[in-house]
Amino acid sequence: MIAQSFNYEAPDTLAKAIALLQKYGDEAKILSGGHSLIPMMKLRFATPECLIDINDIPGLSHIKEEGGVLKIGALTREAEVEHSDLLKKHFPIFGDVTKLIADPQVRNRGTLGGNLAHGDAANDHPAVMLALNATVIATGPDGERAIPIDEFFFGFYMTALQPDEILTEIQIPIPEGNTGNAYHKLERKVGDYATAGVAVQLTLDQSGNCTAAGIGLTNVNPTPLRAARSEQALLGKPITEASIAEAAQYASEDCSPSSDLRGSEEYKRAMVAVLVKRMIHKALERAGVK
Amino acid sequence: MGHSMKRKEDARFIQGKGHYVDDIKLPGMLYMDIVRSPYAYAKIKNIDTEAALKVPGVVAVVTGRDLEKYNLHWMPTLMSDTQMVLPTDTVMYQAQEVAAVIATSRYAARDGREAVLVEYEPMKPVMDPYKSLLPNAPVLRPDKPGKTDNHIWHWEVGDKEKTEAVFAKAEVVVKQDMYIPRIHVASIETCGCVADYDKVNNHLTMYMTTQAPHAIRTVIALVAGHVGLTEEKIRVISPDLGGGFGGKVPVYPGYVIAIAVSFLVGAPVKWIEDRSENLQADSFARDYHITAEMAGTKDGKILATRFKVLADHGYTDASANPSKFPTGLFSIGTGSYDYGTAYMEADAVYTNKPPGGVAYRCSFRVTEAVHAIERITDRFALEVGKDPAELRMQNFIKKEDFPWKSPTGWTYDSGDYHAGLKKAMDAIDYAGLRKEQAEKRAKGELMGIGISTFTEIVGAGPSKDFDILGIKMFDSAEIRVHPTGKAIARFGTKSQGQGHETTYAQIIAEELGIPAEHIQVEEGDTDTAPYGLGTYASRSTPTAGAAAAMAARKLRDKARKIAAYLLEVSEADLEWEPGKFFVKGAPEKVKTIQEIVFAAYTNHPQGMEAGFEATHYYDPPNLTFPSGAYICVVDVDKETGGINVRRFVAIDDCGHIINPMIVQGQVHGGLTQGIAPAMYEELIYDEAGNILNGTLMDYLVPTAVESPSWETGHVVTPSPHHPIGAKGVGESPTVGAPPAIANAIVDALSPYGITHLDIPITPFKVWKALKEKGAI
Amino acid sequence: MLKQITVTVNGAQHTAEVEPRLLLVHLIREVLNLTGTHIGCDTSSCGACTILLDGKSVKSCTILAVQANGKSVTTIEGMIQNGELHPLQEGFKENHALQCGFCTPGMIMRATELLANNPNPTEEEIRWGISGNLCRCTGYNNIVKAIEYAGAKMRGEEPASTEPQFV
Repeated sequence: MIAQSFNYEAPDTLAKAIALLQKYGDEAKILSGGHSLIPMMKLRFATPECLIDINDIPGLSHIKEEGGVLKIGALTREAEVEHSDLLKKHFPIFGDVTKLIADPQVRNRGTLGGNLAHGDAANDHPAVMLALNATVIATGPDGERAIPIDEFFFGFYMTALQPDEILTEIQIPIPEGNTGNAYHKLERKVGDYATAGVAVQLTLDQSGNCTAAGIGLTNVNPTPLRAARSEQALLGKPITEASIAEAAQYASEDCSPSSDLRGSEEYKRAMVAVLVKRMIHKALERAGVK
Repeated sequence: MGHSMKRKEDARFIQGKGHYVDDIKLPGMLYMDIVRSPYAYAKIKNIDTEAALKVPGVVAVVTGRDLEKYNLHWMPTLMSDTQMVLPTDTVMYQAQEVAAVIATSRYAARDGREAVLVEYEPMKPVMDPYKSLLPNAPVLRPDKPGKTDNHIWHWEVGDKEKTEAVFAKAEVVVKQDMYIPRIHVASIETCGCVADYDKVNNHLTMYMTTQAPHAIRTVIALVAGHVGLTEEKIRVISPDLGGGFGGKVPVYPGYVIAIAVSFLVGAPVKWIEDRSENLQADSFARDYHITAEMAGTKDGKILATRFKVLADHGYTDASANPSKFPTGLFSIGTGSYDYGTAYMEADAVYTNKPPGGVAYRCSFRVTEAVHAIERITDRFALEVGKDPAELRMQNFIKKEDFPWKSPTGWTYDSGDYHAGLKKAMDAIDYAGLRKEQAEKRAKGELMGIGISTFTEIVGAGPSKDFDILGIKMFDSAEIRVHPTGKAIARFGTKSQGQGHETTYAQIIAEELGIPAEHIQVEEGDTDTAPYGLGTYASRSTPTAGAAAAMAARKLRDKARKIAAYLLEVSEADLEWEPGKFFVKGAPEKVKTIQEIVFAAYTNHPQGMEAGFEATHYYDPPNLTFPSGAYICVVDVDKETGGINVRRFVAIDDCGHIINPMIVQGQVHGGLTQGIAPAMYEELIYDEAGNILNGTLMDYLVPTAVESPSWETGHVVTPSPHHPIGAKGVGESPTVGAPPAIANAIVDALSPYGITHLDIPITPFKVWKALKEKGAI
Repeated sequence: MLKQITVTVNGAQHTAEVEPRLLLVHLIREVLNLTGTHIGCDTSSCGACTILLDGKSVKSCTILAVQANGKSVTTIEGMIQNGELHPLQEGFKENHALQCGFCTPGMIMRATELLANNPNPTEEEIRWGISGNLCRCTGYNNIVKAIEYAGAKMRGEEPASTEPQFV
């Protein structure tokens, strides 16, 4: 398995990288972790004229808290996300999700930005970002722009990124109050893409009413999916077994999985319901409710 | 014997100094890549090589038409069928070789491959073996004279009428259709070779991934003898192998193309498969559709079994079986149970799938047979309402009844099945588990306990019945002891990780008293090693291991003569203890083996041949019959169908154990290769003939996470006919584990009326079955 | 089109002119002739090609050689120090954690980083920690034991017995 020949550029500034994108247009591909792109190139499914390696650009790899917002640089490796103490504090969900992405070696290379920018509904971070209400920062010739996660995923391998833009940062609001979050996916074996995956984040007020709910679904829809009706079913009231069942039901109805080697459409819908239920319970537990 | 000596071969492997075929680099070496068919069944209209030949570095493109000029476009299979090397007209399965591109580098060869333009006329493939037998199915092999259908052969064994009579009168009859899926060995090293033809000396050195180098040399001579490559001009070297498991027994087209190209171009040619090519085109294993039936009494006595098989062989029968056994040793399927009659029949068909039918860690179709008998036994136990352990104890062949003649004609050498199962039950606390299960069931939780008590048949085999292409299935050992008392021993077998360099040295050490550290073991070079049929089907210890003992005993006989001469006593006055002969009653009059060997070169008796060497070709008098009692405990997540293998205890009886550490390692590995088809692995094709999981992303080889922590142990009933009482162990766990796991999962689901699931049993399958039964 | 790169491999600096598409594993195996690093798949699934890149375990079949420019690579050949086997190499031999040996270099390189990050891992942590490395021979039991053995040695503790345990 050997890729077709290409030009290789490793710019050391964002400006140079963007200039290269402008020069090559559709014929260029950004190389960050490379663990989705290089296999596709080896299979010759992807044959870019130019690879723009952004790994040498400083300032794209960080995990920090600023003004109530958590900022993760796009080049931050999955392994760094997995082991970050700052993330563990607010977002144990990142421990859940990274452990289930591929394997340790791949997580040493794979980046959070790449996982999102690839636009693959089978990737795990999109659902997590939907649940956490993240904002994607894209940098282009005219500087930065903020894209709400709900406006980021367009279609099969399609995102809101323009051909001359680079995903540079992910911003996540740090929730207040009693908040818990959790992610799980069913997989045929460790490191597999999800049969179905569910991310949940819940915030409760003093009296136990649910004030914020985020639920994202992995690999059960052509694009990463927010389970909006499920969120609504939980909001503004205490969470009960009945509302959990309702949320689970809605998510299984609103997704659109396809039958494949991982299971039938019916199975995947059922698994979405089971996982929504389980992840709500786990998020509640982490919020200190149980 | 019985000592867990650390492996001699490890020193190189842990330092990255193993020498595998892709590590070989010869001056002027060219690289070969292969164009493969995207269609399962198509006519080749045209192959346009023009663009490929313009790719920098590409030196040649070879097609079937090129090979046809030398009559090298077809080759025989081990089962006397025929297989294309490269097609001239029709492709018969997806990923079949279509053309070969030769270039100065691996990268250029791949670029050339992409540039070869092949025009196909696709046809509707035959993927279902049952449909392949229908009268309206296209005849897939019109190249075979007189062929008017897709039926390959019919085979049967046992007493049909007597069996039917027992079934007709039996109180209880159970019947179960089951599919043993098409799987792949997926050794971590793929297949490959470096063919190095020396034009000046008309000599071929073939470095290749083969488990049977000598047999391969003979096959090459048979295929290429007519172009002047006769057997003395061929040297096959099998370097370190990164796993084999039966997948490195066949001759794949890639090897033959590489030889042909090296012959034509006059330079060494390297061909190394990609993983995807390996999964998609190399020999599959299993793929048996079985209907199993068992007849018995209401109180649980088994009276008869009847198995009917449909075997999907792909487009040619390229199985790796002994010639007289088209279904291999499937007739071991009467199992460990004492009953009078059985009948088995099988039919093989062609389809548009890759050829094969290799003995994947299996003594030729034993895995299929054991799955059938162990599943149907559980099905029978469920029907008569007996605990499956109790029912097995009731029906086992008794220890004192060995040697035991099976209804299908085998003579089991030895065994103690009751002791094995009891040991497994004690180790896992069977009674406690059944109690826990009852409590869980009362709460609606799903827990299952599965048993498999199998009998294996290995060590092929006695020359009266066993041959491959006419060559009898003996194996060989040659021992040379140097003047200083250190030895080199060479064998016709070929380790793929089994640890022969250690085990064989231990056998010789035991017999001669030379420390194992000073016995160098070599295999895999046909110019130096004695002829043998190779390593597969757990045959190395039963055959070559026996040959080592026998050759060592010949040397011991010679040593006795020399010792008698040196000590000036008669041979009868000498007594042997490992490493020395001494005079009976006068232990101070002693000659060590080192002194004796030195004398063999420096002071041997007049009239005796000098030197200290012996060769033995061992023809086993019978096969050996290892057995095992495996118990598996699973917990099933009712909502998702998720299966957790909580515990797995494996008690094996492989006779006398030479190296317990190596035997245990074989069992561990085989168990993981047992859980693989039981829960994860299957090669899946769609109706259009596309393979749906032809990479390791979707062909689910278990990792350390899926693989449970195995618990192993043994009982020992030595083989009475083997020189050191050993039986062979490599494949027992692969054969025995799948039914234990399947039985455990079905046991967990049985409260809902589920009586069978085909392997691999996935969470989706479990969920679907529970859903259909209204359990969720 | 060729790029000049400088890579430090097992402590020695190498400069080479390479095609950008050259995979790091091919640089290691075919340009530098260090054949201890193996290739077992084409989808980053098997881990046989695992090496350390600046101390991190990575799959060298999914990294371009040009990406290693200016970086440091450690392969299995670099594990032996002053003629002494690394505790992992010793652990694999003592615990029969290899059979055909093909996955072994990648497994050892992965375990090197695992123990660097987590000197005293549980069995579960080890199993998840080597989940990117396939072994078809050993059933993993003894690989877990070997890593535990090396961990103990590196912590200065007495490792558990290497004798096989039977029920």
